[in-house]
Amino acid sequence: MALMKPVRPVGIVGYGAYVPRYRLASNEIGDLWTDGNAITPVKQKSVPGLDEDVATMSIEAARNAMHRSSGVAADKLGTVWVGSESHPYAVKPTSTIVAEALGATPHTLAADWQFACKAGTEALQAAIGFVGSGMSEYALAIGMDAAQGRPGDALEYTAGAGGAAYLVGPAEGAIAEFEGSVSYVTDTPDFWRRQNERFPEHGGRFTGEPAYFHHITSAARELLEQTHLQPADFTYVVFHQPNAKFPLKVGEDLGFRRSQIEPGLLVNEIGNTYAGSSMIGLTAVLDIAAPGDRILLVSFGSGAGSDAFAIRMKKTVDHHGTPTTSDYVKRSVMINYATYSRFKENYKLN
Amino acid sequence: MEVARFWRTTGQRYQLTGEICPNCGNKIFPPRDVCPTCEHEAKTAYTFSGKGEVYSYSTIHAAPEGFEKYVPYTVALVRLQEGPLITAQLTDVDTHEVKVGMPVEMVTRVLREDGERGMLVYGYKFRPAVASPR
Ligand SMILES: [Zn+2]
Repeated sequence: MALMKPVRPVGIVGYGAYVPRYRLASNEIGDLWTDGNAITPVKQKSVPGLDEDVATMSIEAARNAMHRSSGVAADKLGTVWVGSESHPYAVKPTSTIVAEALGATPHTLAADWQFACKAGTEALQAAIGFVGSGMSEYALAIGMDAAQGRPGDALEYTAGAGGAAYLVGPAEGAIAEFEGSVSYVTDTPDFWRRQNERFPEHGGRFTGEPAYFHHITSAARELLEQTHLQPADFTYVVFHQPNAKFPLKVGEDLGFRRSQIEPGLLVNEIGNTYAGSSMIGLTAVLDIAAPGDRILLVSFGSGAGSDAFAIRMKKTVDHHGTPTTSDYVKRSVMINYATYSRFKENYKLN
Repeated sequence: MEVARFWRTTGQRYQLTGEICPNCGNKIFPPRDVCPTCEHEAKTAYTFSGKGEVYSYSTIHAAPEGFEKYVPYTVALVRLQEGPLITAQLTDVDTHEVKVGMPVEMVTRVLREDGERGMLVYGYKFRPAVASPR
């Protein structure tokens, strides 16, 4: 039996998104490196400011998740888990910085998770188990990245910044309930970064069929079979979004309509936020979903694997003045490649 | 950079934690253990909402060491909703957009780093409020 379901029912008690305000249009990159001849995989991507990193972005998303929870105290958090492939330190946890900023220290399990773009949903799976087994009342799972692409490489067009935080707790009183989840992994070398390298390497065309498509469809089909649900039973579906084309194609392969996919598809506006990608797609959907709506979430992380979750909305979200995903997506300031280069600290000041 | 000094002030830098006076209810930031209004001992921790408005500001073009990469940037006196005035860097805003009375909110950002090998120092800055009114 591949379906995972906790002993006691577990749900999403709070959630929060974060996207930095700067955007770089794909044609800024294409003009520089290809004389404007590039076929761009997205319209634009989000770029973090000079004072932002995965710790600061996680703190803001986590604060938003706590605000939406209607009063869960930070010292009730059994975990503060941050999934990312761009942690600010090579050695020193991001999660303790986030836990301290939230006021969750000292009695919490702080840890950084790693699995390329699946690091966030991996933390989410574990948070469901943590709360579902009664280890704690609440668990915080974050997926956040400030992705790096080698200048001129195909990934430079899409490597964005942002993500989301989920406060997992008892299903009773929750915004949405987890109906079951599946994980599907194999050793597939489609994308990697060695310890002391700044930029990742990828297997080119190999990143498509045997990696992204195989893992997402396998995880999603297993989840549908085990829960006896059909694509038509879901109001929304959110996939990992490395570009604008893949999620639409994999959705079509699985039998979903565009109208189920598009509300959670943010990649054209903010780029691929790696560990944050499917996680923030889900916050966009939670912002608009109605009680009773079913949502399918399927992540993908290189290396490779997918997590699939069946989620059922229980109530309309009370935002308590917290910014929505769309507030962050719309808060955009276009920058040129020179400013982008400055934000990447490519200019030596002294 | 003195690691221990920064570590001791983590609470006030990360969460805007100050104090509330048990005698007159005055809210105090930064924490100083004595109420500046009534001189009563004030050691009760109080975490501020982080909402406020720009009281006055100044644009920095020649930055002190460690802040050169941010120029030009704005340092503001922010009047917190709860009363105190605090000095902080503004972020996510162009210098010409800053106005007296502008509503701002606290965010935790990188304040400075001690070169490529040293520690990162995080703390509060303020930026224009994000949430659209609903
Ligand atoms: Zn007093």
